[in-house]
Amino acid sequence: MTAPDVHEDVRDRLPVTERRLHPVTPFRRAWAPVAVLFGWALHDPDQAQRHLTRLTTTTLLLGLAVLVPAAALYGFLSWWFTRFAVTGTELRIRTGLLFRRTAHIRLERIQAIDVTQPLLARVAGVAKLRLDVIGTDKKDELAFLGAGEARALRAELLARAAGFAPETAHEVGEAPAREMLRVPPGVLAVSLLLTGATWGWLVVAAVALPLLWTVTHSLWTLLAAAVPMLGAAGASSVGRFVAEYDWTLGESPDGLRIDHGLLDRAHETVPPGRVQTVRIVEPLLWRRRGWVRVELDVAGSSNSLLLPVAPRDLAESVVARVLPGVSVPPREALLPPPRRARWCVPVWWRGYGLAVTDAVFAAHQGLLRRSLSLVPHAKVQSVRLVQGPWQRARGVADVVVDTGADKSVTAHLRDAAAAAALLRSQAERSRTGRRDARPDRWMS
Amino acid sequence: METGSPRDTGPAGTDGAAPAARPATTKDEPAWIALPPGLLRMRRLLLVVWLGLLTLATALVPGLLAGPGWAAFAALPLAVLLWGWVMLERNWRSWRYAERADDLLISRGVLWRQETVVPYGRMQLVEVTSGPAERYFGLASVQLHTAAAATDATIPGLHPAEAERLRDRLTELGEARSAGL
Repeated sequence: MTAPDVHEDVRDRLPVTERRLHPVTPFRRAWAPVAVLFGWALHDPDQAQRHLTRLTTTTLLLGLAVLVPAAALYGFLSWWFTRFAVTGTELRIRTGLLFRRTAHIRLERIQAIDVTQPLLARVAGVAKLRLDVIGTDKKDELAFLGAGEARALRAELLARAAGFAPETAHEVGEAPAREMLRVPPGVLAVSLLLTGATWGWLVVAAVALPLLWTVTHSLWTLLAAAVPMLGAAGASSVGRFVAEYDWTLGESPDGLRIDHGLLDRAHETVPPGRVQTVRIVEPLLWRRRGWVRVELDVAGSSNSLLLPVAPRDLAESVVARVLPGVSVPPREALLPPPRRARWCVPVWWRGYGLAVTDAVFAAHQGLLRRSLSLVPHAKVQSVRLVQGPWQRARGVADVVVDTGADKSVTAHLRDAAAAAALLRSQAERSRTGRRDARPDRWMS
Repeated sequence: METGSPRDTGPAGTDGAAPAARPATTKDEPAWIALPPGLLRMRRLLLVVWLGLLTLATALVPGLLAGPGWAAFAALPLAVLLWGWVMLERNWRSWRYAERADDLLISRGVLWRQETVVPYGRMQLVEVTSGPAERYFGLASVQLHTAAAATDATIPGLHPAEAERLRDRLTELGEARSAGL
C-alpha cells in the first residue's frame, strides 16, 4: 500500500542503535518455578510432606547449586539476546536464544500504544510497553523498560508515527495532555453495586449452596461449588473496581489517553482516527441515575473500555471528541422496525432501532440493557444484507456493517425495501466517508 | 472517483444462465453476472456419486441380510438425491455478482439470502483458489478479504480465466482506491 519512498529507504539503511530491556527483566519469571512447586505441594499435601522429610541438606544444596545457576544463565541469555531499535519507519524487536525471531512493526500502522505497570513492576520502577498493530500478540511487547524510559519511548514512537522528522522525533517529547474526565471512586463503586452480574452470582450461590449441602453433606463439594461462584461474583465487582479505579480520560494531540488501575496501572494512548466502533451501554439498574458505560473497539487492541461509568451527557460529549464530527443520535431519532417485525422477534423487537446520519451508522438494541453502537461511515469495511426465510415472509431484513476491529454491527429487522436501499447507500457513504478522514500520520 | 453507473457485463455474462427473477429494488440495478454452469454440473455429479453409492449400500446390505423387503430403506437416500438435485440448481441460480464502478456486489442464498457489498478501496487481499475436484471441472473460486474477518465475500465456480481477470481487475481497482483501516 503505502510503500516507503526512496528517501526513507536510504534513511533505513543508516545504522540504527539497538537497545536492551531493563536489567530486572530476567527476574520477571523467577516466581514461575516457585509457583509450580507450591502448586504441586497444594495439589498433593501428604506426598509433598513425605518428600520434604526425606530431603537432606546435601541434596537440597546440590539441587539448588544446579537449578539456580541454570535459571540465572537462561534469564541472562534471553535478556542479552532481546534487543529493540526504533528506525525511521519501524520498531524492530529481536528475541530468541535458539529460535530467533525478528518483528518489524510499521509505525504508521499503529492502532494504540499501551504502557502497563503491574504491581511488582511499580515497586521495581519498570513498565511494559506494547505497540498495538493488527496481528501483534503478547510476544511483541517490550517487557520491561524503566518507567521513565517507557514514557520517553512512547513519546518518541508517537512522534515518529505522527510524521515528525526522525531527527527531531526524540526531541518533540511528550505531547501535553488535557484531562477530560476522571471517574470518582464512589461513583464507580455504586455503579458496580448496581451491576446485575454480581447479584446474579450471589443469588445463585445463596440458592445452590444450601441445596447442595442438604443433598451431599460434604464440605469439599460445597467448597468446590462455592469458590467459582464467589470468585465470579468477586471478579465482576471487586476485580472490576480494582481494574477501573481512578479511570482518567485525557486528550492530547497524540490522541486519546486512558489511564486506570488501583494496583496495576495501565496507560493507553489511541492516536486520532483509530477508533472503529463506540458502544454506549446503559444497564437497567443505571437508568434511574442516568449513567452509561462507553465501550470502544480499536483494531488489534485488547482494551475495549472507554469509560466505565459516566453521566449520559458527559459521555456523549466524550464520544463527540473521540469520533470527530459525530453527534450521538437521540432516542427519538432512532427508527423502530415496522410493526410486522414483531412476529420475528416477539417483544424484544421493540428494542431495535436505527439512525443513519451523515457521519455515523447507529444501531440500537436491547430493552432492559440498552446498547447503542456507533460506526463512523469511514470505518465500514463491508456491508451485508441478511434475510432468513421467516424474515422474508414478514418483509424485513437485517443490515450488517463489518469494521476493521473484527466486530460487526447489525441493524435488526429493517423493512426489506428500505434495507436494500440502505445497503447501497451505506456502501456509497463508506466509500466517500473516507475522503475527509485524517491521514494515518496525523501530524503530517 | 466517479459514482455508481452500472458497468458493462463482463465476458462471463454470456455463458451463464439468466439470474433468478427478483423484484427490481432501484432504478440503477447493476449488471448482474450469474455463475457458469460448471459449478452446478460438478455439484450434481458429486451428489449423484455419493448418494448413489449410499442408495446402493442401503439397498444391498439390508436386502441381502434381512430379506428383500428391507431394501426399501434405499428410498430414503434416493429421495434425498432427488431433492438435492433440485436444491442444487436453486442454490446455483441464486449466486450472482456485479462489478460496479466503486464496489463489488455478491448475492447468494435461497432461504437464507445474503447480499454483500465490498468497496474496492477496502480490499486487502484477493485470493483465487481451486481444489482438485474444481480443477478437474475447470473451475476456480475468488475470495476477497478486507480488514474485517466477518466480510464473507467468495465467488465460487468461475472459469479460471474469468477468475484471473476478476482478480487482476479487483487488485487494480483496490490499488487505485486503497483506503485501509
